[in-house]
Amino acid sequence: MIETLAPNVGASVVRVLRNAGYDVHIPDDVTCCGQPAWNAGFATEAAKVARTSMEALAADDAETIVVPAGSCAAMIRVYWPELFRVTGDEDASLTATSVGEKVMELTEFLAEHSGAGPAESPDDAEVAYHHSCHMLRELHIESAPEAVISEAGYALSDWPMGRQCCGFGGTFSLKLPEVSVAMADEKIDAIPESATCLAGSDLSCLIHLEARLAHRGIDLPVVHTAELLDQ
Amino acid sequence: MTANLRSRTATALGNPGLRKAIRDATDRFTTHREEGLDLANFEELRRAARATRAAIIADLPRILGTFADAAEGVGAEVHWAGDAAEARAIVTGIATAHGVELAVKAKSMLTEEIELNEALETAGIEVVETDLGEWIIQLAGQKPSHIIGPSLHLSKEDVAEIFNRRSDRPLPADPEALCAFARASLREKFLAADIGITGCNFAVAETGTVILVTNEGNGRMVTSLPPVHVVVMGMERIVETWDQLDLMMNLLPRSATGQKLSVYTTQVTGPRRSGETDGPEELHIVIVDNGRSNLLGTEFQEMLNCIRCGACLNVCPVYRQIGGHAYESVYSGPMGAVLTPLLAATGTSLDLAGASTLCGACYDACPVQIPLQDLLLSLRRINADTGGPAWSERAGWKNWARAWSRPGMYRKTVTAARRGSGALPAGLVPKGWRSGRTVPEARGTYDLRKALRDGKI
Repeated sequence: MIETLAPNVGASVVRVLRNAGYDVHIPDDVTCCGQPAWNAGFATEAAKVARTSMEALAADDAETIVVPAGSCAAMIRVYWPELFRVTGDEDASLTATSVGEKVMELTEFLAEHSGAGPAESPDDAEVAYHHSCHMLRELHIESAPEAVISEAGYALSDWPMGRQCCGFGGTFSLKLPEVSVAMADEKIDAIPESATCLAGSDLSCLIHLEARLAHRGIDLPVVHTAELLDQ
Repeated sequence: MTANLRSRTATALGNPGLRKAIRDATDRFTTHREEGLDLANFEELRRAARATRAAIIADLPRILGTFADAAEGVGAEVHWAGDAAEARAIVTGIATAHGVELAVKAKSMLTEEIELNEALETAGIEVVETDLGEWIIQLAGQKPSHIIGPSLHLSKEDVAEIFNRRSDRPLPADPEALCAFARASLREKFLAADIGITGCNFAVAETGTVILVTNEGNGRMVTSLPPVHVVVMGMERIVETWDQLDLMMNLLPRSATGQKLSVYTTQVTGPRRSGETDGPEELHIVIVDNGRSNLLGTEFQEMLNCIRCGACLNVCPVYRQIGGHAYESVYSGPMGAVLTPLLAATGTSLDLAGASTLCGACYDACPVQIPLQDLLLSLRRINADTGGPAWSERAGWKNWARAWSRPGMYRKTVTAARRGSGALPAGLVPKGWRSGRTVPEARGTYDLRKALRDGKI
């Protein structure tokens, strides 16, 4: 998703990790984690794509696999073993488990391994942070994103709705678009006026929210956490 | 089914009054639940409850046998119904054998599931729901929209309008006045009823006891005033021991309404004994399967652990927008989206599994830790495998898998999607996605991998 729609976010991820003292590369043969098909019920198709990425990641000698998207990280760590099990490949399921052990979501990694000092941020910047569901409820990453954002000098909005689903949900946003948009609206309407931007760690949620904000003519920048940390 | 799921949700979304009522009610339930879960060891209790329910369901035939023996030992008559039609026939048979003219009922989702009221009415029996919420929707000719609050989709103004259709004097939209009207109307029915019909929150096998969890006192009236009491019980609604019941009762009211205990917890152990002054002369317990035993031994067995608290409905961000009626099922929300297709005829209602973003809020709220999002995913796989999705969707995923399982093809499609435009190519963004959303500008149009390789980042 980042590659297609937002290479700038990918570049920010690379710079943020480098600033923290790490070498970064993208394995050539990694494609997609397969989540869109998996969530739509197409396990065979999901496994076919996931296998390609899994083999590329398994062959890579990196210490850690940093995934700058909570739902992709959850797909790999939580659902790959099950995906290969239900499609009848126990060996791949075991490989998936060991690959998953090396996977960390970006903010989870930075919260543990942040080395570089915070960049200077504008005094009046206030971030409304959107917790994506898979990060929050599958990976149980609750405090890391806000911790790294506030360490970088940003104020965080008091936005309880930040923990509620934005309504994206993969093909859900296509199949029930009216509900999907209504869910986005409820979140958007609850964003405090003091917020100067909306941030999150899942590009798919962010594009959905950004697209709804734009449709309603609300001028609120939407950024990936990596972009905040890269300023 | 009158319309497809999408148009049903759109209808619900077009009703601002409905949406407000649902939001207010589910917020209230959730706030109370959060306050009620003042248990330091809640997570521990959830784990224990999951294990306990799983052990019971795994041993269901034996425990049901123990229950039936114990219940008959204290004078109840136990009936077994394989499906809804059998259950309706049994209850209607009991009623007609006693020449029943008026039946009063306490709230029971199972009797909604088997459409018992309609069967009794066809047999010429007047049926009166006595739970306030159920009575309201009975008068309105509607179905429940929530398993705990069947009429939570209605405002007090709606209720006043419904009541005013049968009140001699006009009633204001004031909860106290409306309740007083309901109380006076229902009291006559309790006293005149020939039979009382209830559901069953839990049956305790070791003593043959039926437990009812209620808040309005109507349950007590239904179980004690009429000469005949019929319990309609789902076959999974059982615990073996009172210790197990204790664990479940710690979780059920708290998860449902945030109460430490509901106002009434009624225990029914057999009919009136000699020397007792009240209670029914006859107690019938109808144990209903209606598709439940099909789940035993399958990946969906855990759904039988459900204790019907409604917490998953209250926290579901999809239910919150559309309410229960859009599901077109007695059971709505996440538990309904799972249970409905499982209990229904094979291959029907599977589209309900799509009424979720798989956000997982339901699992977090579930007091018996049913992995609802995983079960929804399993149902989506069954739906895909049995030809549910349109041909175009199936072909689309096949093509997608063919392309993206090959790194070279993957890179080509990514480049094609990016090329030549600052905005997302409209053709890549399906129409459904563009309705209500304005696709934003892409954030950069360069090849990320190449830039990284070339040292440009």
